[in-house]
Amino acid sequence: MIYDLGRLAEIARRVRYNTLYMITKAGSGHPGGSLSAVDIMVALYFNVMRYKIEDPLWEDRDRFILSKGHACPALYAIFYELGIISREELDTLRKPGSRLQGHPDIKKLPWAEFSSGSLGQGLSFAVGVALAGKIDKKDYYTFVLIGDGESQEGQIWEAAMSARKFKLNNLIGITDRNGLQIDGETESIMPIDPLADKWRAFGWNVLEIDGHNFSQIISAIERAKESKDLPTMIIAHTIKGKGVSFMENVVDFHGKAPSQKEWELASVELGGGSIG
Amino acid sequence: MDKLAMRDVYGETLLELGRIYENLVVLDADVSKSTKTISFAKAFPDRFFDVGIAEANLMGISAGIASTGKIVFASTFSVFASGRAYDQVRQSIAYPNRNVKIVATHCGITAGEDGAMHQAFEDIALMRSIPNMRVIAPSDGVETRKVIEKIAELPGPFYVRLARPATPVIFDESYEFKLGRGTILREGKDGVVVACGIMTYIALDAVKILLKDGIDIGVVNMSSIKPIDIGLISSLSKKYRYIFSCEDHNIIGGLGSAIAEVLPPTEARLIRIGLNDEFGDSGKFEELLKFYKLDPFSIAERIREAISNDRI
Repeated sequence: MIYDLGRLAEIARRVRYNTLYMITKAGSGHPGGSLSAVDIMVALYFNVMRYKIEDPLWEDRDRFILSKGHACPALYAIFYELGIISREELDTLRKPGSRLQGHPDIKKLPWAEFSSGSLGQGLSFAVGVALAGKIDKKDYYTFVLIGDGESQEGQIWEAAMSARKFKLNNLIGITDRNGLQIDGETESIMPIDPLADKWRAFGWNVLEIDGHNFSQIISAIERAKESKDLPTMIIAHTIKGKGVSFMENVVDFHGKAPSQKEWELASVELGGGSIG
Repeated sequence: MDKLAMRDVYGETLLELGRIYENLVVLDADVSKSTKTISFAKAFPDRFFDVGIAEANLMGISAGIASTGKIVFASTFSVFASGRAYDQVRQSIAYPNRNVKIVATHCGITAGEDGAMHQAFEDIALMRSIPNMRVIAPSDGVETRKVIEKIAELPGPFYVRLARPATPVIFDESYEFKLGRGTILREGKDGVVVACGIMTYIALDAVKILLKDGIDIGVVNMSSIKPIDIGLISSLSKKYRYIFSCEDHNIIGGLGSAIAEVLPPTEARLIRIGLNDEFGDSGKFEELLKFYKLDPFSIAERIREAISNDRI
């Protein structure tokens, strides 16, 4: 589906609202890194990607792999927009037996593509998916969203080398560069800068954008698709907790659910959602 | 007795399977000459991928390829496949039940001179405790081929551990491998050895030594460690007073533990023979068998002692 920018902004607002609603209701979760990634994911699902909601394993679909699996409430909120999950299910996040596990479980929710949660693994999986696309001469794209803190995992760089070796121009990575991780700023915990230079040194095509600007996200992906034989990494500069004033750039909201009072304030700022 | 190296048979079998299954893909992590996936690599260069010295990435890429409907064989040494890449095997392969066959060579003490760093005595324990994962330790070259053919047919993840050196052939071509089934190789009276991997042929040699002393011990090949043959273990426990598990693996968490978990409350005594919660050492495979008292004479002695002590 291809929605215009105004429509994307409205969907993103609802997704943020429902993401936070779910996390508040669950009493635990990761609001900061979910909210920073919302615009990227909304652009992919509502403008960029080719897929069939009724056929999640359609072999020609574009794939989105959420390697930073703790941002899954945002993915679930998108699935709610798409009608994959119901209003009632939003209340079941992180509860026993729910399809909405604390980290995605593809056996329960095949639309999620990858059971992520152990950071660093999604890029290798995405390399495999993209490589299979080359073997089968398919024209689908593989998108993978990784965290900036996640980029401290060594496996990311193993996967980076292999994507270049296998010339996976059908692989498009996006780094949610919000600058924060659980213990503090990425650059004080374990510096990853100069991040763009690192990816270039690993042989990737690198683009840098504002990860909250839909036209920049979409045009960067269009440019990535023109890459001849290099995989592309889009470094999306984002704000952790984006959309809620008192959560923005606040490291403590990495892995802490809002209190009921905080939710009431946030829900006003987010202008209401599709909930009740 | 003819000898075959399980890994040689693995390489040959992959070649045959590559012709049968167009969707079969093989990956290796810079040890293709040793795991013998190199023969597949030469025959099917478009379906073979060497990821270099990066076992975590090996498992992740394998999972990704498998997600598109392919049969993926991923090979490296058992110490790396099970230990170095444990988290990737657990999260990327087993949890979503991906169709990845991890065939790990140089298992246990068969890694030999490379010493403790390359000798996994814990791989069966690690792999069999992961849900969805099936664990098989073939006992000879013939069984290796049957196992590799079978797991290519069966969906979902497997961990297969193969030995490095050529070892005696036990089975003939009529043998059929069945997942979750053990094979009685020899009936006895005084006890039974339940073995897997290279220890099966060693157990057969050990019981020959005992027979000269009038001790009659049966031998069962339990290559399918998970799922294990609960029915057979139950019937063995009714027939025999002594069950000796025998493995080139830590006695904690391996075949012996798997038997103990399903052994019914009977009079049968289980005695676990293997590595006694220790790391390995450098040496030729045959030297290490003696060093760790896993050679036929040492095992015969252990069985003799257990039975005679009990009689006193």
